[in-house]
Amino acid sequence: MADTHLDPDVLSALQEVMEGEYPILVDTFLADSEQRLQLLKQAADATQILETAHSFKGSSSNMGAIRLADLCHELELKAQGQNLSGAEALVAEIDREFAFVRPLYEEERRRSLSASLIIRR
Amino acid sequence: MIAVQPALESLTILIAEDSAADRMLLSSIVRRQGHQVLTAANGAEAVEVFRLQCPQLVLMDAMMPVMDGFEAARQIKALAGETLVPIIFLTSLSESEALARCLEVGGDDFLAKPYNQVILSAKIKAMDRLRRLQATVLQQRDQIARHHEYLLNEQRVAKAVFDKVAHSGCLNAPNIRYLQSPYALFNGDLLLAAFTPAGDMHVLLGDFTGHGLPAAVGAMPLAEVFYGMTAKGYGLAETLREMNAKLKRILPVDMFCCATLLCLSVQRRSVEVWNGGMPDGYLHSMATGERTPLTARHLPLGVLNSQAFDDRTEVFPMALGDRVFLLSDGVIDTCDANEQLFGVQRLQEVFALNRQPDALFEEIERALRDFGGEARDDVSMVEISLLEPARLNPPAVVYSDSGQSCPLDWSVSFEFRAATLKRFNPLPYLLQLLQEVHGLRAQSGALYSVLAELYSNALEHGVLGLDSGLKRDASGFTRYYQQRNVRLDELQDGFVRVHLQVTPEGEGGCLAICVEDSGKGFDVERVLERPLDPVRLSGRGVSLIRQLGRNASWSDDGRSARVEFYWEALA
Repeated sequence: MADTHLDPDVLSALQEVMEGEYPILVDTFLADSEQRLQLLKQAADATQILETAHSFKGSSSNMGAIRLADLCHELELKAQGQNLSGAEALVAEIDREFAFVRPLYEEERRRSLSASLIIRR
Repeated sequence: MIAVQPALESLTILIAEDSAADRMLLSSIVRRQGHQVLTAANGAEAVEVFRLQCPQLVLMDAMMPVMDGFEAARQIKALAGETLVPIIFLTSLSESEALARCLEVGGDDFLAKPYNQVILSAKIKAMDRLRRLQATVLQQRDQIARHHEYLLNEQRVAKAVFDKVAHSGCLNAPNIRYLQSPYALFNGDLLLAAFTPAGDMHVLLGDFTGHGLPAAVGAMPLAEVFYGMTAKGYGLAETLREMNAKLKRILPVDMFCCATLLCLSVQRRSVEVWNGGMPDGYLHSMATGERTPLTARHLPLGVLNSQAFDDRTEVFPMALGDRVFLLSDGVIDTCDANEQLFGVQRLQEVFALNRQPDALFEEIERALRDFGGEARDDVSMVEISLLEPARLNPPAVVYSDSGQSCPLDWSVSFEFRAATLKRFNPLPYLLQLLQEVHGLRAQSGALYSVLAELYSNALEHGVLGLDSGLKRDASGFTRYYQQRNVRLDELQDGFVRVHLQVTPEGEGGCLAICVEDSGKGFDVERVLERPLDPVRLSGRGVSLIRQLGRNASWSDDGRSARVEFYWEALA
């Protein structure tokens, strides 16, 4: 079930690249996403939605949040076509998806931190 | 050649990305690949970081706040100038329009999200190769430009030196017209002209083998010999021998100098020609319109050793106003688009159509342009006409000594015998001796002319027994000089004696010249009865001697000639 939300291969690759900085990357991503989610909820026009959805899609894909990236892409295409009908529902869907993956990332961070603590001993 | 660079060289890479997580991730990836990382969170920051720290490569997000990636890329490319700073756009842009825009603003490649380390590494390497290639090309271009500048400067300096040594002599005389590229010297073309002490004019048009500096180097010694020997009163033969020997000695085997050397004499109404390897020159008679070719009869200067060198010249009669036209092979070797040569035939067609002699150069140039379409810079042409001496102004000779040690009471006698007469011209020595007498310097032109006339009379009519009557018409003129060469070659006996006597008279003085020969003499009375006529081709130059010197007299049945020169107190 988790695999349709998070790509485990991407996560292990990220951990390998980031090493000790992996928890900070996760924190940064979560904080960024929080901000973007707020922007999407308040967005006044298609351009703002387009730009936010585009960046959100990019970092989600980098972080292995497969479904979140797909949803953002869908929203981006909608905004591009200037067709905002159903956009609100899509933002709600993105909100739900983020709420779902957030604890998974927090779990990732904890695991990584304790692993590095073990190594340090 | 482009040197193979070490595969892994650390670059400084700017990452411009507004998403903090993506920026962080990309920084880690790039750092792990061994590069230095600079970061910027928007386009404006990216431009500023670039300005301050000059990274070698940029990873640029397209969509960023404040200033987007497109504008930032444009500005960075402008700042980088000729240096290639590759910009890889970071984007998940899927529509082709946006991708095209990335390229339009100067982007070099794309990298899609999610980032793939292997692809990123490969792209950075590929861009680094491009960057180095561009740097090498620029470096080599600059190097070529520097070398070119250096070469031009060398030529400028060399030209300045050559212009001093191989200066144009009396090319600005009113009887000379010439056309030459200012850098003709570097195509090996050389044009020199100078007056002899007797007021004759020597002209040399030369063409050294090769191009550039090597072709110009030989011009210096050649010009030195030409000007030095002409000023001292040497004839063409001696000057040619010296030039040939000098070039033979100093030039490499594959280098030599095609040349035509002329001596135009207003007094004798003649032109003496030696052509070694140059295209035909032309003697244009104004009276008949006829053009007599002055054909190459010799190998170029600097080819043969001194023993084998042939200094024989041809002499043609020339009336006042007649012209001699010389040209370099650049004229007849001008090619059209199909590599066809302009050729002598076409040159002669231009001659045939020429109505205004003064427009000849322009007509030839126009014909060359119409034919080849492209102007060459090794086209040299010169035309010398025979003018009244009064219209030419041989430059005054500058003497450097004080005159305090000037000898005033002496005499000297020479006897030049057959073996010497064949190959030695004593006139320059005699002239030099006489120039020690300051009072004579003002009339050295006349003095030299008279001395030269007396000497050639004694040699040609006396010792060699040539009939001056031959010179009455043009063909006889040529025959006369052919016979002169033959008889001189065969000469076994005979002599020419020269006595010079300088005596003081009050504040001035007197020079008596007496020239005797071993010939049969001539009917003095009959020759002296003729009216004075400087234009006559024949007549032993008696008129000239009587006009220029004082108390000219002939004794011993014409075998002995005497003439005097006087001078007053020096100022």
